Amino acid sequence: MTPLWIRNARVIDPASRRDSVGDVFARDGRISASLSAAERRRARTIDARGLVACPGLVDIHVHLREPGQTHKETIETGSRAAAAGGFTTVVCMPNTIPPADNAGTIQYILDAARRGAVVKVLPTGSITIGMKGEALSPIGSLKRAGVVAITDDGDCIQSNELMRRAAEYARMFDLPVMDHCQDQSMTEGAVMNEGDMSIRLGLRGWPNAAEDLIVSRNVILSSYTGAHIHMQHISSALSVEILRQAKASGIRVTAEATPHHVALTDESLSTYDTNFKMNPPLRTEADRRAIIAGLRDGTIDCIATDHAPHTDYEKDKEFDYAPNGVIGLETALAVVLDVLVGKARFKLPHAIDLMTRRPARLLGLPAGTLEPGAAADICVFDPAERWTYDSRAGQSKSSNSPWNGRTLRGRVRNTIVDGRMVFPFAAS
Amino acid sequence: MTWTRRHLLTIEELTLAEIEQIHGTAAAFKRILGRSVKKVPVLRGKTIVNLFLEPSTRTRMAFDMAAKRLSADVIAFDAASSSTAKGETLRDTAENIQALNADMIVIRHAAAGSPYYLSKILDIPVINAGDGAHEHPTQGLLDTFTMKEHLGSLKGRKVAILGDILFSRVARSNIHALTKMGAAVTLVGPSTLVPQGFTALGARVSHDLKSALADAEVVMLLRIQHERQGHQHFPSIGEYTSMFGLNKTRASWLNPRAIIMHPGPINRGVEIDSELADGERSVILEQVTNGIAIRMAVLYLCAGNQPEQMISSTQ
Repeated sequence: MTPLWIRNARVIDPASRRDSVGDVFARDGRISASLSAAERRRARTIDARGLVACPGLVDIHVHLREPGQTHKETIETGSRAAAAGGFTTVVCMPNTIPPADNAGTIQYILDAARRGAVVKVLPTGSITIGMKGEALSPIGSLKRAGVVAITDDGDCIQSNELMRRAAEYARMFDLPVMDHCQDQSMTEGAVMNEGDMSIRLGLRGWPNAAEDLIVSRNVILSSYTGAHIHMQHISSALSVEILRQAKASGIRVTAEATPHHVALTDESLSTYDTNFKMNPPLRTEADRRAIIAGLRDGTIDCIATDHAPHTDYEKDKEFDYAPNGVIGLETALAVVLDVLVGKARFKLPHAIDLMTRRPARLLGLPAGTLEPGAAADICVFDPAERWTYDSRAGQSKSSNSPWNGRTLRGRVRNTIVDGRMVFPFAAS
Repeated sequence: MTWTRRHLLTIEELTLAEIEQIHGTAAAFKRILGRSVKKVPVLRGKTIVNLFLEPSTRTRMAFDMAAKRLSADVIAFDAASSSTAKGETLRDTAENIQALNADMIVIRHAAAGSPYYLSKILDIPVINAGDGAHEHPTQGLLDTFTMKEHLGSLKGRKVAILGDILFSRVARSNIHALTKMGAAVTLVGPSTLVPQGFTALGARVSHDLKSALADAEVVMLLRIQHERQGHQHFPSIGEYTSMFGLNKTRASWLNPRAIIMHPGPINRGVEIDSELADGERSVILEQVTNGIAIRMAVLYLCAGNQPEQMISSTQ
């Protein structure tokens, strides 16, 4: 295998507290402290002067739609979108058709990833059979088949008793339980945040309280069972405060936030554009600021995209009838650079930490670092390049992005997985 | 001032001058409606499609009548027997209607924002005849028109809107129209149906019927909409009536010359006592009549005509 030599980059590796201009080497698919003179002569070199080299980004929340909804996305196309966005590891959600509630479907996903994925695809299994919230899936078999967590993402488990048993049972396998926090009794028919904007637009509102209640419930159940419960895509200011208190008490809870909840508010909905419709919904400026504060002090552990592809014809509908979700893999880094680094004044290594070491550590994944011996998963990006995002020209099969047509700053140049350059794509 | 708007999607986006232009044009059409020959030839040769994807009686009939009075051809699109029942999307339905060479489309839809969505797709004017809980602009226009007929200028007038505000497009359109016209709007009803958030639209929110009605010159009642709300917004119809129903005693709190309005359909004995609905202060049926003149004005203006042309052509 050809060695890799990335020269003169600003190397940022939060795991080893490195932030200095220098080189990154890889040999046999692993990061190496150096290369021999002979290896340097035959190495593939990347002149990264003015660029940043960091660990390949890790996204613990994507929807790849395979099996069952391959008109929206496939494991292959989703992985290409990931590579184009600098991600080298993605964790896919189990709400496929059929749902990933059995070892066979997990095996199918892993096989499809082996055949077609250009980045590492790690599956999750559903907590309950059919994601119906009624009976536990065979969680032990799912673990053996290779899931890295269990979740009924999108269909929050409403029964406290079932959630308690899921947490208790999953703890035996050291599997995190990831929950989309939504009390469904409070969100019937809801399509956006409940507040001034929903009143103005006449749309049914989804109140913060519906998230806060389940976040509180999960804090209590984590405390009671000792299980690791992870809160997916937190959107509410009070939820951030509840998690802050819980973490201060040593309760094993973690949380993620999406680039869209960090960047946007429900003010964006004034034209009923369905590319701003997702679940949980965009909330207010106060919520957005609270999420940034949560990322700053570590209450929220990481960024995750909730990449959720839907076709044009599915999204091109009356607002009430369009499905929830936006794609995000190809824009996440630029949005994080803009909002967290540019506007909220996070240091660049901190922002990268939120997309590399922290999400990897959260799920115990061997990823997110440039330490010698680690897998040579690397992202090289130009933090200054301005580019206009055309979601139709992207790698995802779908184009439902709120950033379509927007000028973004910060662009991925190279994505390397196990020492192999996977982006830019080889001409086929 | 010239009329430049092609669509009528909301009152929120209208200027005061535009509201006054519509009112002025409607007043001229109303005079025509009083003549023995009620038809004018201003939209002759034009085809207007009434795309009503949600049940409606009054609004649909008024739009139908208005178009016919303007000599337009009217096609009614019935949701139940059409291809929407077979799963055709709104985009496809609308594009087909445009391809049939319709000149204008009037849409009633259960989903908020759908007229806006259509206006982005189609080249022909789109008139909102009510979209979910969002707006019902022609209702707001005809209501304020009716108020002006009775009270003159609405500047500083105290208007109380009573009932299910949260789910009401009529309330939203009236709030926008009335605040632009300088009226002082108080929304009143149970706290679950009249949330504080409405103050952001420039209205006062109250849960005390007596102070809200005190000296009001207009009280507008809204129907309690069973089909739009969950089952937990108030305990019972009986309790609603006992707390907020308009009866003779409560009507006595109003300004002596106050008018009583309701966009219909009325639930007699629920939000209003029958004798008040039929009483001399009630202008409920005038609202219906004015609804034709307002819709004539809106169709006429959005078809690309100017108020002055109409006034000269009908003198």
